[in-house]
Amino acid sequence: MKSYVTGFVLSVILTAIPFWLVMGDVLSTPRATAMAVMVFGAIQIVVHMVYFLHMNTKAEGGWTMLALIFTVVFVVITLSGSLWVMYHLNANMMPMTPHDMRNMP
Amino acid sequence: MQAAHDAPLGEKPVFYVTDGHEHVHSGDSTALGFWVYLMSDCLIFAVLFATYGVLGRNFAAGPTPADLFDLPLVAINTAMLLFSSITYGFAMLAMEKGKQSSVLLWLGITGLFGAAFIGIELYEFSHLIHLGATPQRSAFLSSFFALVGTHGLHVTVGIIWLITLMVQVRRRGLGVESRRRLLCLSMFWHFLDVIWIGVFSFVYLMGVLQ
Amino acid sequence: MTLDPEQTSFLFGRLTLGALPLHEPILVATFAAVALGGLAVVAALTYYKLWGYLWREWITTVDHKRIGIMYIILALVMLLRGFSDAIMMRLQQAIAFNGSEGYLPPHHYDQIFTAHGVIMIFFVAMPLVTGLMNLVVPLQIGARDVSFPFLNNFSFWMTTGGAVLVMMSLFVGEFAQTGWLAYAPLSGSQFSPGVGVDYYIWALQVAGVGTLLSGVNLLATIVKMRAPGMTLMKMPVFTWTALCTNALIVASFPVLTGVLALLTLDRYVGTNFFTNELGGNPMMYVNLIWIWGHPEVYILILPAFGVFSEVVATFCRKRLFGYTSMVYATVVITILSYIVWLHHFFTMGSGASVNAFFGITTMIISIPTGAKIFNWLFTMYRGRIRFEVPMLWTIGFMLTFVVGGMTGVMLAVPPADFQFHNTLFLIAHFHNVIIGGVVFGMFAGIVYWFPKAFGFKLDPFWGKMSFWFWLVGFWVAFMPLYILGLMGVTRRLSRFEDPSLQIWFVIAAFGAVLIAFGILFFIVQLVVSFMRREQLRDLTGDPWDGRTLEWSTSSPPPAYNFAFTPVVYDHDAWWDMKKRGHERPLQGFHPIHMPKGTGAGAILSALCVAFGFAMIWHIWWLAAATFALTIIATIVHTFNYNRDFYIPAAEVAQTEGGRTRQLAGE
Repeated sequence: MKSYVTGFVLSVILTAIPFWLVMGDVLSTPRATAMAVMVFGAIQIVVHMVYFLHMNTKAEGGWTMLALIFTVVFVVITLSGSLWVMYHLNANMMPMTPHDMRNMP
Repeated sequence: MQAAHDAPLGEKPVFYVTDGHEHVHSGDSTALGFWVYLMSDCLIFAVLFATYGVLGRNFAAGPTPADLFDLPLVAINTAMLLFSSITYGFAMLAMEKGKQSSVLLWLGITGLFGAAFIGIELYEFSHLIHLGATPQRSAFLSSFFALVGTHGLHVTVGIIWLITLMVQVRRRGLGVESRRRLLCLSMFWHFLDVIWIGVFSFVYLMGVLQ
Repeated sequence: MTLDPEQTSFLFGRLTLGALPLHEPILVATFAAVALGGLAVVAALTYYKLWGYLWREWITTVDHKRIGIMYIILALVMLLRGFSDAIMMRLQQAIAFNGSEGYLPPHHYDQIFTAHGVIMIFFVAMPLVTGLMNLVVPLQIGARDVSFPFLNNFSFWMTTGGAVLVMMSLFVGEFAQTGWLAYAPLSGSQFSPGVGVDYYIWALQVAGVGTLLSGVNLLATIVKMRAPGMTLMKMPVFTWTALCTNALIVASFPVLTGVLALLTLDRYVGTNFFTNELGGNPMMYVNLIWIWGHPEVYILILPAFGVFSEVVATFCRKRLFGYTSMVYATVVITILSYIVWLHHFFTMGSGASVNAFFGITTMIISIPTGAKIFNWLFTMYRGRIRFEVPMLWTIGFMLTFVVGGMTGVMLAVPPADFQFHNTLFLIAHFHNVIIGGVVFGMFAGIVYWFPKAFGFKLDPFWGKMSFWFWLVGFWVAFMPLYILGLMGVTRRLSRFEDPSLQIWFVIAAFGAVLIAFGILFFIVQLVVSFMRREQLRDLTGDPWDGRTLEWSTSSPPPAYNFAFTPVVYDHDAWWDMKKRGHERPLQGFHPIHMPKGTGAGAILSALCVAFGFAMIWHIWWLAAATFALTIIATIVHTFNYNRDFYIPAAEVAQTEGGRTRQLAGE
């Protein structure tokens, strides 16, 4: 019971803060706000894993943790790899400014 | 059962489990198997996030996130899902105590929160389409609808599954099968909330920042 | 938006009689042959009253051994179709010179090379790999079955469903003309408005579900169901490679599902993921599909490496050299396979820094494979080698695959790849590693484990004939392609201007004919072995004097595999047991808990195939109906709690008693 309530309260806080930061235009630059949003999101994911999904190194002989780590690694590779590769491809093969790109019909 | 480490050579070791206790029971693998499946589902979302990451700024001279996203509504939706997570948690606690009617109550409430989430999301989508911000309008919108829509589809499947389980628990009580299935749905449900954290952070909040 | 609005009806969507290729004589002849053959099979089944047997013992089975066999049968049948495509291409390319157009118009040729690739990868190689793992792994780890027997049955029928869709495209409509990966924007609705790419998409999505679930299944099995004492580092190497392969499947097939789903949205709904307009980016398709595609080829090769490890140790009568390094090499390959994918599109323009990174990782990944080759060679050194057919396939692999690996390293160098990319050099390279590695490995595995599955060995003479024709045929068919590639000949062309190239294509065609004989002799081997099965009978269950647990069972094993779960002390567990004088328990049998067969897997898969067909032809009412039925059938299936039974102890005693008598030579 305690685990769920703690997780819930933490999640509420970790959700409210990013929403406030964005809607209230609190930090100085959009860059800083974006970083903050990502950080809070990452922390809340961990909170969910621990308090709701009861993630630990003991369950199933550590295999669920191993599967999770593998998955996180592959997700990071897929995301960062795609962003890196596509950024370079776009830069070399579709030479236009980001402004043009947004307004390309 | 023989402790299965090196028997000294020369002494004949026991090579067979003869005591009749099943070494593995059917159903032992379910929790791990379902977790592994969830990890694979994570990767489908990774593809959708990557696509959104790459194409999410291609507005094609059309509407942008700042034009479209209604953050207060998203906040309400997030709350719906978060509440549903904790109510499912209460259902699991009741299950562990064997309280069938409690389980059904909390499952029902969870389902209602989930339905509210979907309802709000459908309203949001129909409003966007009404404004001309259709999935066909730009790559940004295609990626948005694909990512958020897929999450919504998963929640919908979860609701159907939840209703099915409620029927099965009502008919057969909280036996081994039902508990196992409730555990799987629990993992599924919380995992969807995890994905939603990614969605509201990466898509909605960051989308509005320029 | 998506399709030609002309010929659509509510009842049939865009399906019309014009979809039947009545004007293509090759297809009409093929259909006639298939229809006659199919009728003959149906007639035989009816005459011998085998429908009940087929349904009870094969279609509804949840026994991993039977499912493994069915996967391999599917693969061998599809090999015939995939190879027919190959022979047709070789023939076309050999004659289309000096103004001759050959006999295949481009739109037909393009479907052939697309179908060839799709079938060989998804419906030959994958089922062979999955089939062997299914058949062997539970036996090797001392388990009674996989973790999820029903799911196993469902996975098989989904894979078959995908194959059915591909085969249907031959006779109703057309197949994709885009190459086996269906790059956008060619595969989008603007440039491929017909049904071809839709057949491709739905066949792969249906089969992909099967593969993914199979990956989850075998992964859970290996983690959870090993016999007591079998720690990870005491597992047979084939099981290790199966573990890594299934981890790769679980971690890569979702990407394929996702990309194809996005392509489907582009085609059906008009979204702009991979279009050239409104912000789409076709290069993202290529990026994503290869994030799947590279792990896929390691999914194919790792089990083959596992087969070779078992075969080399068994037929050299020696413990595998460097077990630990083999395991580490396999794990390293698994992880590294995720960071090399861009080498498939060095030339798309990502620039020097990106290309350099992926070029280096690609070169690094060849190192653990090299380590494995050395380990096999060191195992052979000072071993007492028996040149049985599986060992021949293994030696053929060593000589052939290594060349393919080396050309792979050549391709890994980005500046060099700008010359090689999309030439016949590339085609030669991947056939080199896939045929020399995967196909030879699968044949080695089939011959090696055939006695376990069926109770008699395969005829060695025809096995050797098949091997030699495959080996020589491969070299004759593909070495010319390396030369042509170095001369700059592009892939996927059906006609040529330069007459000096023709001789190489003719030699390659001759090589393809030799391979055709290799396949023919393989079939002959099966037939002759069946006819001579009493002389080839395996009575002991251990025809090769094997080292791993599957050889401790009878051939074929009883449905429950092991009457008593074995206890493991060392790797090469069966060798250990034999050396230390194990005794089979002859009494004290217990009732054994078994899962029941069910038709749900086949029925659900049939519904999915119908759904795919309806989506392909835009028969929306049918799509909605089959979709709803699939959901309902799934939910109904979950209400079936009557899924298991017990084999009574007396029956176990009877089966084991039969084996005792067989071992005593009665």
